[in-house]
Amino acid sequence: MKKVSVSFTLNGEPVTIEVPTTWNLLKVLRECFELNGAKEGCGVGECGCCTVIVDGDAVNSCIYPIPEIEGRSVLSVEGISGTDGGLHPLQKAFLENNAVQCGFCTSGMIMSAKALLDKNPEPTEDEIRTGISGNFCRCTGYVQIVEAIEMAAKNKEGNF
Amino acid sequence: MSEYLYVGKSTPRTIETDKVTGRAVYISDLRRPGMLFGKILYSRYAHAKIKSIDTSKAEKLQGVRAVLTGRDIPEVRVGFLKDQTVLKKDVVRQFRDEVAAVAATSPEIAEEALGLIEVEYEELPAVFDPIEAMKEDAPLVHEIDARGRPVRSNILPLPWKFSAGDIEQGRKDSAYIAKDNVRTTWVNQCCMGTSGCVAEFDMNNNLTLYSQTNVPFLGKQRIVEYLRNIGLKGSRVRVVNPIVGGSFGTKLDTDIYEFIAVQLALRTRKPVKILFTREEEFRALPPRQPAIFEIEQGCDKEGKLTFRKVEAILDNGAYTSWGATTPSVMMMPISSLYRVPNVSFNATCVYTNNIYCQAMRGYGNPQATFAVETSMDSLAEEAGIDPAELRLINCNKPGELTPMRLKITTCPLDRCIKTVQEKINWKEKRGKRNGRGIGMASLIHVAGGARVYKSDGHGIMVKVDQNGNVDVLESGTDQGQGSPTVISQMVAEALGFRPEDVSITLGDTALCLWDAGTHASRHTFMAGNAAIRACDKAKKQILEMAVEHMPEIVEYKLKRKERKDPDFQMPDLDYSLISEPDKLDIKDRYIFPKNQPEHPYFRMEVSEVLTRGLHVGTGESKVVVGEAFYDPPTEMLDREMKGNYSCTYAFGTTAVEVEVDRETGEVKILNLFAAHDVGRAMNPTLVKGQIYGAAYMGVGYGLTEQLQLRNGRVMNPNFRDYKMLTAKDVVPVVPLVIEEPDADGPFGAKGIGEPGLVPTAPAIANAIYDAIGVRITDLPITAEKVLVALKKKAGEQS
Repeated sequence: MKKVSVSFTLNGEPVTIEVPTTWNLLKVLRECFELNGAKEGCGVGECGCCTVIVDGDAVNSCIYPIPEIEGRSVLSVEGISGTDGGLHPLQKAFLENNAVQCGFCTSGMIMSAKALLDKNPEPTEDEIRTGISGNFCRCTGYVQIVEAIEMAAKNKEGNF
Repeated sequence: MSEYLYVGKSTPRTIETDKVTGRAVYISDLRRPGMLFGKILYSRYAHAKIKSIDTSKAEKLQGVRAVLTGRDIPEVRVGFLKDQTVLKKDVVRQFRDEVAAVAATSPEIAEEALGLIEVEYEELPAVFDPIEAMKEDAPLVHEIDARGRPVRSNILPLPWKFSAGDIEQGRKDSAYIAKDNVRTTWVNQCCMGTSGCVAEFDMNNNLTLYSQTNVPFLGKQRIVEYLRNIGLKGSRVRVVNPIVGGSFGTKLDTDIYEFIAVQLALRTRKPVKILFTREEEFRALPPRQPAIFEIEQGCDKEGKLTFRKVEAILDNGAYTSWGATTPSVMMMPISSLYRVPNVSFNATCVYTNNIYCQAMRGYGNPQATFAVETSMDSLAEEAGIDPAELRLINCNKPGELTPMRLKITTCPLDRCIKTVQEKINWKEKRGKRNGRGIGMASLIHVAGGARVYKSDGHGIMVKVDQNGNVDVLESGTDQGQGSPTVISQMVAEALGFRPEDVSITLGDTALCLWDAGTHASRHTFMAGNAAIRACDKAKKQILEMAVEHMPEIVEYKLKRKERKDPDFQMPDLDYSLISEPDKLDIKDRYIFPKNQPEHPYFRMEVSEVLTRGLHVGTGESKVVVGEAFYDPPTEMLDREMKGNYSCTYAFGTTAVEVEVDRETGEVKILNLFAAHDVGRAMNPTLVKGQIYGAAYMGVGYGLTEQLQLRNGRVMNPNFRDYKMLTAKDVVPVVPLVIEEPDADGPFGAKGIGEPGLVPTAPAIANAIYDAIGVRITDLPITAEKVLVALKKKAGEQS
């Protein structure tokens, strides 16, 4: 099987891996780094459970070809907590506001929300809904997720 | 002010921090040493004979560890009516029939191996319409029944017949009668986490099954029985839940893939994981049971209901899971939503070559309530009575015994109706026919357990350590509803500790006591009642310990004070205040005399007593552990399908305002008020979460969601073509929590997991009628159906 060697930054650390060219970013995160936060909900980029941030943009890691990751910076849900282990304001707000039920969509949802807030720190409800429109949730009806993102935007300390 | 410290508060879900940090281990994340990956080969036909299967090429593929067909494993029947085998050997009866299975070192290799299995079929005539399937000359889906006797008809031997009062008399007493035909369709539960399990045997043939089941104990029993039937007598089974990515009914039955994983694990002697793809989730998981209803009901001149008659046909699909038992829940709204003296309900379940069905949030209630509540509006129109008024005239009342013998205890249905009526501005907005319309629908649902098995029990064990940390071994499961948070609040309240002291372990048959399952909106009600009883025992033990040790602790402290401070005056303490357990109480981690809660010396942090009293020496050591098994005072349905199967019932009403685009047929929801009787909300934010989520799911059921089957094949097995609502589909849901504490509920609570979904679709259908004057009683109400109905109406008028 043809392999490719790629170097990129993962949650702030430089990493190099050699994997089959057909692998996608989600598989690399889960298999090479045991980062299980990003989930496969559909495998074809429709549900958003696999969302991570690449160079500031929220992407579906399940359809992100691994050769494309060379030199880029990847942030997954495991990389957003404070260095002291403290929770990110979005993580806190999600727990606080019951924006988590089964939790399977949560990692992806939080990463889409983070990508949004990084670019637009004071989004309107409509902008929030657009920002997470690629992230499906079956449990919550989205209402408490939108509220949690609004709450995090208000409570943020410093940069996201 | 509430008398409670913790229940009733919106405690955040910090107990589930792992879910926001990516650390929670779902079945997709679970790995066991040496684990193999299983994949399943499904049928290529809806109905066919299997002429031959050649697995030789697949077996030779590098990395393949086992290939199994129906010829390789004992032909043991499984399922509710024992009407299928794990791998199908001779005949396939639906597209999802499991024909072969592979275990390999990676999912990719297993998938590749499936492609190398050659199956030769001989297609058989199939039947896809339940009404066609009932005809005498219809192709038979099954040739023999579970006992090997020949079958003559596709109609299942499950006669759902319910009758109360006298329908003919009711008809005579009627001034107005409405008759409607109603249809509901297949809906996929769409759990974000797909189905899967890991099966692992030890060398003594004992099995650990990591399963997402929400009935760990019943699930375990099914597996025990299966192992026994394949010749593994004496095998022990432990069922363990990982974190579960949603259930909504899918985890109520033990699915075939779980038996397949067991077979592959047995064959390979390695742990085997089967994890569904999203496409499999759509194609091979039993969806919500569809139903065809003919409903007729009448009322007298004053609007009092006189009778209700319902005939239902259920497309069972090729095999029988819990879908076929949904009539046991359908009969609840049919017999008992509003006061109706004469009721008849017959349901016929029919085998077809379609996908077989199972439970989904609300069981049969959303289907039946869609029929009852759209028909209520038809009847209101016949009678010229405002639909809200008709509902109020016939409103259920506390203390009522319904025709099904349900004992209604608390019942704020009239409050629910009046609340949404006011919120949506009913009188002002109704009846305009200007493209905007409003409608309402109500519900009744079990909210205090559901005795569908002989025991509706629930066990719990509460242990307290010397630090005052509380471990709760809880026999239910959490599929996302937030039970760990709510149970920690209830345990804290009952024990006098704090929610953050409480850790919850659930979903493990080896550790936890028996439970009938986390279904029927029963977890809070059952776990709470069990917790109160278990905590009562544990608390007594702590208080006995306190009586024994508090005097010495107080004296020790006083003496130390005296040593440090020469001026200290020894107080004259009345030790009778703490001389008996009954004189003491615990709240917020402090033990204190009831007569003097703020006593300067007798008020004591629990761990002081626990440290002194627990592991202190031979003959002196103690444990604090309270267990309870709560089984509510309810009845199973008798032969007439009557009986009070829940300890209490929940009511609710949803009112919806819609705008219908006459050009495109699109329906937009402008307002949705959902008033729900929850007894007492244990955690208001979580209660609202249940209502939001269920209402959204109900809007999908009403307007967009349909598993499309063509000749038995699922045509839309992906999120692009299966229309689940996204965050951009704004539905302005306003949950209205109606509190009327229930005497049987723990701290007054009733179940709320399912109710939010139930009245949503009929409320929308009724609002659409109010907006444009066409009644669509075939779910989902897509834009196409609205346009067709509008055109038909315009044609009739011209």
